[in-house]
Parts: sequence; C-alpha cells; structure tokens
Amino acid sequence: MATIFIDQRSYDVPDGMNLLDASLTLGFNLPYFCWHPALGSVGACRQCAVKQFRDEKDMRGRLVMACMTAAAPNTRISIDDPDAREFRKSVGEWLMVHHPHDCPVCDEGGECHLQDMEVMDQQTYRRYRGLKRTFRNQDLGPFVNHEMNRCIQCYRCVRFYRDYAGGRDFDAFFLRDRVFFGRQSDGVLESPFSGNLVEVCPTGVFTDKTLKLHFTRKWDERTAPSICVHCAAGCNTIAGERYGLLRRIRNRFNGEVNGYFLCDRGRYGYEFVNGPRRVRAPRIAGRADAAAPSDAVARAASPLAGGSGAIGIGSPRASLEANFALRALVGPDRFCSGMGAAEHRLVSEVLRLLQEGPAPAASLHDAAQADAVLVLGEDVTNTAPMLALALRQSVRQQPMKAAAALRIPAWDDTAVRNALQDERGPLYIATVAATPLDDVAAATMHAAPDDLARIGCAIAHALDQAAPSPRGALAADAALVGRIAGALRAAERPLVVAGVSLASQAVLDAAARVAHALHAAGRPVRIALVVPECNSLGAAMLGGCDLDDATALLWPGSPLIVLENDLPRRCGADRAARLFERAGELVVVDHTLTPTAERATIVLPAATFAEGDGTYVNGEGRAQRAFQVFVAGGDVQESWRWLRDLMRASGRGGAAAAWETLDDVTGALARELPAFAAVRDVAPPATFRIAGTRIAREPARYSGRTARDANVTVHEPEPPGDPDSALSFTMEGFQAQPPPAQPPSALIPRFWAPGWNSVQSVNYYQTVVGGPLRGGDPGLRLIEPAAPGAPAAAGRAPSAFEPDDRDWLCVPMYEIFGSEELSALAPSVAALAPRAYVALNDGDLHRAGLREGGDAVVASADGTCRLQVRRVASLPPGVAGIGVGLQGAPWMRLPDRARIHPAERDR
Amino acid sequence: MWSVIKGLWVVFLHMFERRATIQYPEEKVALPPRYRARIILSRDPDGGERCVACYLCAVVCPVACIALQAAEDEHGRRYPEFFRINFSRCIFCGFCEDACPTYAIQLTPDFEMAEYRRPNLVYEKEHLLIAGQGKYHGYNYYKVAGVAIGGKAKGEAEREAPPADVRTLLP
Amino acid sequence: MSPSLYAIVILIVILVVLLTVAALLVWFERRLLGLWQDRYGPNRVGPFGIFQTVADTIKLLTKEDWIPPFADRPVFVIAPAIVMVTVLLAFGVVPFAPTVQVADLNIGLLFFLGMSSLGVYSVTLAGWSSDNKYALVGSLRAAAQMLAYEVFMGLSLMGVVMLAGSFSLRAIVEAQRGLWYCVPQLLGLIVFANAGIAETRRLPFDLPEAESEIVAGYHSEYSGMKFGMFFIGEYLGITLISAMAVTLFFGGWLGPWLPPVVWFALKTLILVCGFILLRATLPRPRFDQLMAYGWKVMLPLALLNLAVTGAIVTARA
Repeated sequence: MATIFIDQRSYDVPDGMNLLDASLTLGFNLPYFCWHPALGSVGACRQCAVKQFRDEKDMRGRLVMACMTAAAPNTRISIDDPDAREFRKSVGEWLMVHHPHDCPVCDEGGECHLQDMEVMDQQTYRRYRGLKRTFRNQDLGPFVNHEMNRCIQCYRCVRFYRDYAGGRDFDAFFLRDRVFFGRQSDGVLESPFSGNLVEVCPTGVFTDKTLKLHFTRKWDERTAPSICVHCAAGCNTIAGERYGLLRRIRNRFNGEVNGYFLCDRGRYGYEFVNGPRRVRAPRIAGRADAAAPSDAVARAASPLAGGSGAIGIGSPRASLEANFALRALVGPDRFCSGMGAAEHRLVSEVLRLLQEGPAPAASLHDAAQADAVLVLGEDVTNTAPMLALALRQSVRQQPMKAAAALRIPAWDDTAVRNALQDERGPLYIATVAATPLDDVAAATMHAAPDDLARIGCAIAHALDQAAPSPRGALAADAALVGRIAGALRAAERPLVVAGVSLASQAVLDAAARVAHALHAAGRPVRIALVVPECNSLGAAMLGGCDLDDATALLWPGSPLIVLENDLPRRCGADRAARLFERAGELVVVDHTLTPTAERATIVLPAATFAEGDGTYVNGEGRAQRAFQVFVAGGDVQESWRWLRDLMRASGRGGAAAAWETLDDVTGALARELPAFAAVRDVAPPATFRIAGTRIAREPARYSGRTARDANVTVHEPEPPGDPDSALSFTMEGFQAQPPPAQPPSALIPRFWAPGWNSVQSVNYYQTVVGGPLRGGDPGLRLIEPAAPGAPAAAGRAPSAFEPDDRDWLCVPMYEIFGSEELSALAPSVAALAPRAYVALNDGDLHRAGLREGGDAVVASADGTCRLQVRRVASLPPGVAGIGVGLQGAPWMRLPDRARIHPAERDR
Repeated sequence: MWSVIKGLWVVFLHMFERRATIQYPEEKVALPPRYRARIILSRDPDGGERCVACYLCAVVCPVACIALQAAEDEHGRRYPEFFRINFSRCIFCGFCEDACPTYAIQLTPDFEMAEYRRPNLVYEKEHLLIAGQGKYHGYNYYKVAGVAIGGKAKGEAEREAPPADVRTLLP
Repeated sequence: MSPSLYAIVILIVILVVLLTVAALLVWFERRLLGLWQDRYGPNRVGPFGIFQTVADTIKLLTKEDWIPPFADRPVFVIAPAIVMVTVLLAFGVVPFAPTVQVADLNIGLLFFLGMSSLGVYSVTLAGWSSDNKYALVGSLRAAAQMLAYEVFMGLSLMGVVMLAGSFSLRAIVEAQRGLWYCVPQLLGLIVFANAGIAETRRLPFDLPEAESEIVAGYHSEYSGMKFGMFFIGEYLGITLISAMAVTLFFGGWLGPWLPPVVWFALKTLILVCGFILLRATLPRPRFDQLMAYGWKVMLPLALLNLAVTGAIVTARA
C-alpha cells in the first residue's frame, strides 16, 4: 500500500500502480486515450495530465502525465487544478481538429470514448476552421469496418493488434497528422482477434461490421450477461437485442476468463440466432404448416408414456439444465452425452484428469500468467482461440522479470518493450502442423500424434525418472527435450496445454505425465485441457453413454429424443441414418434446422443462448450462467421446458415434471449429482433483488417503448415476466452502475458509469483497475483436483509413427472459422470459412500426384469423399490433415488411415 | 382592504372590455412558423432524405414515442428503414427537433390531427416524410460529414482536404 | 286548494327551482367569470352554452363512480349527501315571498344557523373517510374554519334580531318595510358576508379544497355523481347565503311594482354575482391569515356591532 494525496486528500493505493490506474481505481474521472488497462501506458496522447507537487509546501507544481508517473508513496497531485484542466481541454481540442462531423452516422456514437472524454474535458466547441485531413478507407473483411477520418492517432489499435495479439498485417503508416492505421492494402485482417479493435479503438475508426447491417445504439439494446457458446473457453459476453433481433456480442470483463477481449468467432458467431435456419414453431413431419405446441408435445409424448425404451441424446452444446432435463426424462441409464465414442472417451478422460489431479485446471488468466508453457498436440488458435491469446501474453512473463530487475514498472509499456526487445519466455509447441502461435514459441516440433505423445513422455521422463521413457528415436532432438524439461522445472508457474482435438488418448496421457512429473518435482504446475464445445465438460460430468452405446441400447421402434444435437456431425451420416431408421419416433429439440432436425418426426423449437437461461461448464470446469436476453417470438422456449412438458404429458420424470423455474432445475441438479452441488450458486437465484427490485435488462435510456409495437397495437403490451432470473425484461428495475449500486458480478447486464458510456466504464466495476470485478469474477469452478492427486498413469509410451507407402494417417485439423457448428451459420464467419480440405506436405503432394487447390478423393473405412487439396509444408510425412466440421466435409472417423488420390477431373 | 375593493372594481370593469378568445373552429389562429405541432421528416436541398437514423430523437423523446431502424443503402448513405411516431403518446415538446443533427425532424404548426381511433395516430415514415426542406433551408448533412457516400467521395465535403497519400515519400 | 296540498306544491316547486338554479349557477358563474376575464366561458352547448351543465351532468353520471378500496365506505357514501340535505332543509325557512315559504318557524333564524353549521360534517366526514392525507388536511381546515366563522356569523345576526324583535324570518322582512337593515346593520352585514363566504367555502376562503396545495382537499377521492353532489351543494350554499342576506339585510321580497318573488330573486341574483366577483378577483389567503382575520378582526367587529346595537335598542326603549 502506498499513500498518495489527490487534491489534498490522502488515499491508500496498491503498490506498483501509476497515477492513472490509481485515480481510476479510486473512482476519479480522469480522461485518457492511449492508455488501456491491458496494454499499459505509453504516454502518447497527453490527455491524462495532472499537476504534481513536490511536497505540501509546493504550491506551483508541474504538469505530469498520470499514466507515466508511478503512484509512489507520498505523491501529491491535483486532478482539479485549473492548469491541468486547461491543458487537458486543449488536448481535447486539438484531437478534435480533424475529427469529422460523423457522430450521427457513426456506429460508435453513444458509446464513444472520445465523446465521453470531450465532455469530461468540457471541450464543447470547435474553433478550428481550416481544412480537415481525410483518408481513404480500407476493406478489412467481414468483421471490422474502417473509417480512418475519425482517427485521433492514439495507437491503441496497433498496440493491441501487433504487440498484444501478435498480428503482422496491420500497422501505422506515414507520419505527422497523416498517420494511417490499416493494412498495406485492402484485405481481411488476418488476426482472429481483429474484432477487439472495435472495443480498443476509443472512437469510431473500427466498428462492428455485422452490427452495421442492423445498427442499433448501445442505449437501445436490451442486454444480459451471457456466455460465448462457440468453444470451451467460456468467455463472458454481453449479448444485445432490439426488436427481437440479436444485434451484437460485446466483451464482458471476467478477470479469470477472457479479460478485456474476445475472439472473432465468439464476437461474430452470434448471427446464427437470427438465421434463416432457425426453428420458430413446432414441426410435425408430413405437415406443411407449423403445429400447435400442445399437439406436438402430445404427439411426442404418447410413445414415451408406455414403454421405457426411449433413448435421450444430449448435447455438449446444450446447457446443463437442458441435458439434465433430458436425463430426468429418459432416466440416467438411457441418457447419452451426445458425443461420439472417441470424443466421449477423451472428454471423460479430461474430466478424470482434472478431478483426480494432481495438476489443477488453468483458467485463461492462469495461462496468461504462466512463465513456461508446453503445448502438446493442440492448435489452440483454432480450437480455443482465447487460450492462444493468453499464451501470447505468457511469453512475456519470464522476460518481465528482467524488466522488473531494471526497475521498469510493468505498466510502462514502451520501456518494457524496449528493454525486452524480442526476448520471449519458454513456450514450446509440439503439434502436428504449424500453428499461428508458433511465431512466439521458443521452439516448435511437428510430428504425428503418437510421436507428439512420445515427445511428451520424453519430457516427463526428463523431469521425473519414474515416468516411462519412449523407446527408439524421437521426432525431436534430445537437447530440445532437455531444454523444455529444464524450462518447465525452473518456472514458477509452469503450464501444460493439451486437448482432445487430435482425438489421441496417447497425447492426453503424455500431457498428464508431464504435469504429473512436474508435480512430483514439487512445481505448482497447472494444466489446460482443451475440450471441443461450450458444455463438453458439463455433458461429461452428467455421465451417460456415448453415441455408439446409445445405438446399441435403442430398441427398434422405440422413441429417440435428440437434444440440440446434429448426429451426422458426430458419427457420420450413415450411422445416424441407421439410428434414425431404428428409432420409432424421432423427437428433436433444437433451435436450428439441422440435418437431424430435418429427419425428425417432431421438432420442438428450442431457445438459443440468447433466448433462454442456461449454465455452461467451460474447459476449466468453471460453471457460468448465460442469461436470457429477450423473449423469442413464436413458440420458442428453453429446451428444458420442452422436456419438462414431455415429462408432464407422458407421466414420466417424477418430481422433475413439476419444474417451473430454472432454479427448480439447478436445485434438482445440485441435489441429485454431488459434482454439481455448487451450480445453484453460479448466479444469484431468481428471487434475488436489489433495493427490492430486479435488475433491468434495458438501459435507462432505452427508447421507443411506446412506438415499438404501435404498428401492431397502440395498447402497449404487458412486458414478459422472468421467472428464471433476477433480471427484468424492461427498463423498470435497478440500473446497474458502479458502487454503491453495483450488482453481483454474474448479473451485470452491461457496463456503464456516469460520464463513461464506452466499454472503458468497466474500470469502475473492478476492485483495482485491471483486477477482478468487485464481489469476485463470475462463475464457479466445479472441479478441483483431489489431494494428494492420483498416481501417474501406468503403461508405456506409444511406439513411433511409421509412414505408410500407400495410406496416409488422416488427422483432424481445425479452423477457427468454420469448424464450429453454430458460428459457421453466421454469414460473416461463414464468409471466412474455408472449403473442406485435405492438407499434405510438399513431398506427400508429389507422391500422391496432387496439386494445391485441386480436388482429391479421400477413401477411408467410412467411405470416400472429395476434398480440396491444401499444402501445409509443416505436416510430417505420411500424415494428412482433414479440415473438420467445414461446409461440405462429410464425417469421417479421425484419426484414421485413408487413401488419397486425385479426383477424376484432375487426372 | 382598500386594495380588495379596488381589485373588485377593476375586475368588474372588465365586463366592458373586448374578449380575447378566438372562436377556434370558425376563426383560425395565425400560428408562428416555429409552433410545435405535427412532426415531419424533411429532405435536403438535393431531395434526399435528411434523416440519417442516428436515433438521437428516439433517445431524447421523454415519452419514448419514436421508434426507428437504421439501414444503409448501397452508396453508404444511412436512412431509416422504418420511422414510426406514436402521436397518441407525443407531447410535442420539440426535443426531437432540438436533438436532430441534420434538421430532418421538424415540428410544424399543423395541430389539427385529432382522430377517433388511436391507431390512426401512429404515423409511419410515408406519413411523416415531406417533399421539401421544411423550416431550415440549404443544410445538407452529408456535405459536412466525413463519411463518403455515392456522389461524394472522401475529401469532397466542405472544408476537407483531399485524401492523404499515405505512400508518398515526402513528409 | 287545501293548505296542506298548497304546502306540498310549494315545497316541490321550491325544490325543483332550487336545483335548477343551482345547476344554472354553474353555467352562470363560468359565463360571468369569462366576462370578467375577457373571454367567453362555456358557449357551445345550446344557446349561449346554457346546456353546458346538462352535458356536465351527463358526464358526471356516466363516469365511473369509484370508491377507493381504503376508504370508510358508508361514511364515504353518506358524506356528500349531508351537504345537500342540510342546505335544502335550511331553505325551508327562507321566505321567498309572503306566501311562498315552506315553514315560517318562529325560530327560523336559529334553524338556519343550525342547519348551515351541520354542513361542516359533510366536509369533515368526507375528508376523514377518504383516508388520504390531503383530504384529511382539507377536512381539518374546514372544521377549524367553520368553528371560527360560525361564532360571529350568529353574533352578526343578533343585531338584526334585536331590531326586528323576532327570530321569525317573515317578521324580520316585515320589520324592514321602512328601512332595510343594511343601513343600520352595515357592520353586521359586512361580518355576515365574510362569515357566509367562509361558510360556503368559496374563494377567497376555499382553503379546505385549495387545489394548488392539497389537491382539491376533502373531495380529492370523489368522482362521478358523489363529486357532483358536493358541487351542487356548493352552489346551493351560495344561493342560501345570498337569500339569507337578502332576507335579513335587503328587505327580502319588499319592493315596488314587481311581484315579491321577482324582487327576492333579483336581489339574490345580485348578491350571487357579488360572490362570483369575489372569486374572479381575490387570491386565496394563507390558513393562518384566514384564522387571524376571523378571530382578530371579524369577531371583535361582530361584538362591537352587537354592543352598539344593544345600546341603541336599549336607549330607544
């Protein structure tokens, strides 16, 4: 703690802060532009000037930049000083010299940091009458809109894009007042984190291009705290709706998970909610028009009522509540997790590793803090993008110690980067092919999955002689293995990253061995295991069988209930078709008309994450609640409500048939399965009230309430009630604000503070700027490793991979845009999704007689398919990468051996 | 007490004064042009819709009786996809006109808009949009804004320098 | 025509005429206020807007007659009737003409005083039963005001009684054949006029309903025809006080050429116009000013009037 004096009053602030951090933490309004809590200070914009005094006798003082001055003990400053105010105002004025008269047509208007700061500076009038400089804009792809005229040259975009997110295709050009931020030429921004430019930019240079298609102002959005459903990272989001359309996704700060940023899949994947493939009314096969909900439920329930042969197929992309309701409907023995056999086995293995330990799961925050990282087999940029962003920060941890030794404070970004130059900490990546994260790695290794496992085992053996050593030659040299082991052992916070994406048990085992060896060596190791989907871990925790077992369990002719799942994606069209044929009635509860839903006899329209509440367990084991944003039109309701209706109509489910609210479901879940005991406390219950009222989803400025529905009826309809949460659907209720009016962090529907309409208002919701939200970051970890931890897995390392003369080993490859089912339905994401492909290295391309860009036929045990050929030089010989989940890609079991030859046309 | 009596006398004498009342339906009132009644949407001097769908009128409206949705045409010009005013809620405060950055929304002296059915008081864009410029002549928002639209590229607005050449080697 | 039948006919005629007059007064007052304020007042319904009251009555009758759930129901319903009933009963002793009177009681004046002071129950009970802070404040004001002004209202009339030597109103009128009492009893008239305005809760003494501060006071919660009864009661009250003033100070029906009833009506109308002129002119005082005015100015004046009159009457005797 340091005591500083601001305007002659004393305050205690944590050590190591700068004056801007400290002032904002204390709740002062001090304008700034170039500083960002995640990016540190560079002192470029001169906006945060304050007056500093030498001691209490000093009356003159001198102007300093708050962001560049340490909040050392006994620092005396004045924010209110007339000179400082005048200085800040003049900065505000010259920033506005070239700023265009765009606010009415600018998407940033109303949540613009520049607007806020000009108001704070009381700079209200433009005296400049000269010519304004202009720029030509660039087309930066489907996500980000570029309007360079508005730029105030704060450099935050470049600092985020290049320094923080590691993008290379974006920079500052030219000089003087003509500094231009953009790409060398028009084109899609390559970084998968480009969407954050929208939030990082203090004004409207970068705006959300998908929002532009259905633009609405921040004050007009009905928002609720939500969870991203497009990967297992479980990033916290704010979803905004207007006129029944989901308008956009914004970041919701969670210090333990996503911090200030989101990936582009999470930010732009939301459009599936508004998509044309949505199911809005019950459908009964053979009927052209929509069915009444009661008819559909009665029809679906009638075969359930008699026998007990029904099988329920859950889903790793459905909420815990939905899966649990299905489990209650069909019984635990006949509940399937909805994952294919391999995936189910591996995710269960991940669950076991996390539960038994010894290494606890790493949150994204932990990952960013790690000072030595081994990535084994996982292309994190494409399977868990935000983990990649966290790992990019982790490479700064080790060198930062050197900066600290030079007495450079961590927030002094320019000085730190000058001191560190290209110094990077130990991040070792062992994957099948090159990944976008390789540029910051200390060393990379590319090998077949089994060889990766062998590398892992070798590292484990180097750390702990008790671990089995792989026999024969390694795919990496022994010195590197030794270096990796040494770096991990020397680290204060080592991290092992692996996952199920390669569908390789051996890789997972190897990662566990490394973690175990480090633990045995007394290191506080953490492990990050990437699972495929937003609730994969939750589905695995509910138990149940895999899809193969479900097929075996299904008695011919008995009903099959599929919950938010597209089975051909999981087990292939043929197997799914066999399952469907075997089933009597196929009831699908889903929000989207998937191929499975098209085959169904009855489809019940389910709510998406934005239309119903649900709890999701991310890859860290953190349960987080996504709250309903709006009431979907039509007969859409939460999956668990449909399943509850089925219980009522069929007389099954026992006590579960009486469920009325989400709290009933989570309560039953917590009682029935001890692993979920904490799930009720993930968010306050529906009965929670602040000052006797609910928390309003609509901001106080929400407009058009008496005209919105006037074309339909002038009698303003009664707003819907919300039995499931403590939020209200209208602006009536408690308006979330920083203290003393701050709601529990799981229930913050949007960030706003008086005078701060932009995302920057989050500063006032945190215990300290950049730290956790007041009252703790939202979400509860359901899984902590048992002490003292399970013994290391027995068994030997796998034998080395042998390339085959005729066949290739096909392994899955992932695409951030395209591999995930729901986001691929969003037009902007789909525009960047590649065609289904098969990737080979140069030698193998030649061997197979293929050319890049042509078509290849891949023949495996699961049939043949035609795929585009892609050249990936880093793939090991004999290994082919198959793009997973992409449009036009038929399912095939991966990894598997397959023959690859040119398609007829190319021969 | 004297003042009371004097007051009574003065009031009594008003019996012989002219009445100030205008017998409205028979006699019409001469209203000033800035009288605040029926709201219209105007057009710029070139005949384009002035409204750029910035939502400021909607947010400033104290009774929240304005609802609209922004859209953008193929030339990059913003316009309201729909624009609805519920006059059965409107209090004719004129805040919308104050807030409008483009002079699009204006209040006019036409106050004779009573209806027997409330739904008839809900005006859509086709009822609001007039052919002329209304009270404020000559203003064309896009001539001073920095965004490029069809027919006005970057650097062609008033007091704008030509677009910077970011590839030149000269400082 | 038998005397009893005649009495019943008179009674009915008086009742009908009074209610009609009260209703017309509503229109009349609004027109007169308009005249004095350089505007028209209601002039749309019927010729000169004379049917405005009919329209208003239809409106009041068809309005939702709402009783607040928190109100004391029976009292709430009875309260507005009390004011009507007491005022109408008081009219029973008013001699409109030598032959037009319901009952010539020998204590007619005391009956009038008794009835008119009962009217305050209406207001007090209405405010109390409404269970609303503004209504209660209004009714408390009415009670305090009534208590103060009732005292010297009675005292102011004692001079008249002394001069006439009777409480019978007919006898008092007859006693004014030579000289109207407004001359010898000018002080009494002034005090009575002040008390009468306070009694009817008319401007400037309408503090019990002072809409600008206590939102219509005692009848805040009333709607429909219950409110209408308060409304009619007020205008009946104006008529009553005017009629009493005519009877006691302006020679009642006495006058040359014209029939006695017409004289009575004309004089009453002029006094009613006076009431309306007061409303058109004067602002409302503060309540403490009202009370001070009553106790510190009017009461001493009434006592002085009584003492002087007594002395003169004694001296002449």
